[in-house]
Amino acid sequence: MARRRLALTLLLVLVAAAIGRCAVSDARTSAQVVRFWGLGREGEVVRDLVPEFERRHPGVRVVVQQIPWTAAHEKLLTACVGGSSPDLAQLGNTWIPEFAAIGAIEPLDTRIAASRALAPAAYFGGVWAGNEFDGATYGVPWYVDTRVLFYRPDLLRNAGFPEPPRTWSAWRAAMERVRAREGGSAYAMLLPTNEWEQLTILGLQRGATLLADGGTRGAFSAPPFAAAAEWYAALFRDRLAPVVSYTQLGNPYQEFDRGYFAMWMTGPWNLGEFRRRLPADRQSLWMTCPLPAPDGAPWPGVSFAGGSSIAIFRASKHKDAAWLLAEYLSEPDVQRKFYELSGDLPARRETWDAEPLAGDPRARAFRVQLTHVEPLPRVPEWEQIAQKLPEDLEAAIRGRQAVPAALAALDQDVDRILEKRRWILARAEARRGR
Amino acid sequence: MAAERGPLPQEARAAWMLLAPGLTAILVLFLVPIAAAFLLSLTDFDIYALGSLDTVRFVGLRNYTNLLHDPLLWKAMRNTALFLFVGGPLTLGVALAAALLLQSKAARLKGLFRTIFFAPYVTTLVAVAVVFRYLYHPRFGLIDRGLALLGVSPIDWLGDPRWAMPAIILLAVWKNFGYATILLVAGLQAIPESLYEAARIDGASAWQQLRKITLPLLSPTLLFLGVITTIGYFQFFAEPYVMTDGGKPLNATLSVGLLMYKAGFRWWSMGYGASVAFVLFAVVLGLTSIQFAIQRRSEP
Repeated sequence: MARRRLALTLLLVLVAAAIGRCAVSDARTSAQVVRFWGLGREGEVVRDLVPEFERRHPGVRVVVQQIPWTAAHEKLLTACVGGSSPDLAQLGNTWIPEFAAIGAIEPLDTRIAASRALAPAAYFGGVWAGNEFDGATYGVPWYVDTRVLFYRPDLLRNAGFPEPPRTWSAWRAAMERVRAREGGSAYAMLLPTNEWEQLTILGLQRGATLLADGGTRGAFSAPPFAAAAEWYAALFRDRLAPVVSYTQLGNPYQEFDRGYFAMWMTGPWNLGEFRRRLPADRQSLWMTCPLPAPDGAPWPGVSFAGGSSIAIFRASKHKDAAWLLAEYLSEPDVQRKFYELSGDLPARRETWDAEPLAGDPRARAFRVQLTHVEPLPRVPEWEQIAQKLPEDLEAAIRGRQAVPAALAALDQDVDRILEKRRWILARAEARRGR
Repeated sequence: MAAERGPLPQEARAAWMLLAPGLTAILVLFLVPIAAAFLLSLTDFDIYALGSLDTVRFVGLRNYTNLLHDPLLWKAMRNTALFLFVGGPLTLGVALAAALLLQSKAARLKGLFRTIFFAPYVTTLVAVAVVFRYLYHPRFGLIDRGLALLGVSPIDWLGDPRWAMPAIILLAVWKNFGYATILLVAGLQAIPESLYEAARIDGASAWQQLRKITLPLLSPTLLFLGVITTIGYFQFFAEPYVMTDGGKPLNATLSVGLLMYKAGFRWWSMGYGASVAFVLFAVVLGLTSIQFAIQRRSEP
């Protein structure tokens, strides 16, 4: 008896499960499934924004796939080649030219022109420009990234600088004074030797184009960049900045707290990191300001326009639904929620006029800086060129090579990387001529 | 008649039919890809080729000449050689010591120790890497805490270009010596006890017994392990891939395998990546044939 009852119960459970499954799969097949790839932390927090979107668009279901940043570039390329690309994805905006050049992502101009939810004017100009390639727009800015100066107000004040420096000469003087006062193992400025961003920004500030001849040759030996590189290398030579790579540093927040360096040119993610990592009673030790400008140039000096964009893949079968999601993620209110979840700075200006960003004195430096940003060279090879920069300059920083020689070698490497691009452009030119 | 000169045609046909599946598999899965990769290494197949195939050019040996002028190749070669010539003998040395201890008459709980030594070899490298990253952590790591007790200031094992390679070698030795230990124990068990008895009667010390009996009789096993370890360590890839984000700091742990992977899948320069693969292939082939030559000469 007992056994038969057990069998009956099991059967009922199975039937119920089967019915349940059918019901679920019915609901699923009637919905369009949009696959979104988010990178790193952003891929994690975007899940919290999806339910509201699905509530508004019952016909669309969003599947978020999280990809770690370190593997993202390879994964996305491999997915495009293998025909398994997502419908839309977050792309670092320096990758846009590359993915556009291989025809992996969709131009969005007609959709943007028809959209009521977003318009280019609502964004920071330099950031929007970073999404354009060959006269078309391939991405919608999602969040922005640029570099400002994080500094120790107490150390600068002690060195006689109650206000942060606004020109290169004042900047250098402040560094010398901090170094003289603190001395010993304390430095003035942190410029990790494995990073290309800082030197690139100094070059942009001097008016360097980085690449020449329509992005087909390196222009690192040209006077503007060479001047910036000499200034940069001198900071190491005169022991104002320590010759350490970022990984060697260990914990930069602890070192900052200890006074190992007084200034650090870094990005928005560190707003959250400093808040989290420094104890409450040490929170007054850090502040941010826009970058100083070369003498004679207007303040603030330019920084680069980085960040991530949302792009739609050409192979997608649900482009309209994907575009709805891109529009939704661009709404000012969703941008604010995204900022609160991730700490990433919103790409839309309206979001900056509302709390919590409007009242945050440390975020203000970014607000000012973002109106003075320039996009990085828009060539598919940029990522590779950027990685070469610290590699080729390391010997010069360590004083084992003269700066002009290092820059000449860098230009040679860059010209080699760009050889294919020159050939392709020349061939296109010749075909047009015929 | 044909039958007098060789196997019957029928037999030959049967032999070919029996061999056919194996030969087809080798041809399709092995020789064709190798030939395709070689052709690829003579082109400049790159990111643009994904967009349109007509941008692919035949460049002859240019990838190879560029590669030989690439300082990263030589750095990767140096790192790989260091891993091979320090890590390899170290692995075999530790394995031999462990095997001798396991075989000694004083040893207790042999089965338990054999399992403990062998366990790392069958553990997933990624899981091991997570644990080792904690061990090597400059602030929280057990190793630096232990060194601090001895008054040594903390070492940033994976962040300092000077220490990253030793740290990786240590991990690889720990991970791999168990396999060699098991094979060496088997080799030791095959040595007849009577030889040692005779040696003891003749008054040979333990050291003399090791040098004159154990090592010579173990040499086939050691040579086999040498070949296996060389090939395995030359393809040194996964350890830095998971431990140092693929070659950091300052390329101090960049290996030839990683260089190939980065060229091919990071920058998508497939042609260049394929040329690295062939250089790697040539070097492994060279090293292995040297080892086989030694083995052949040592055999009577």
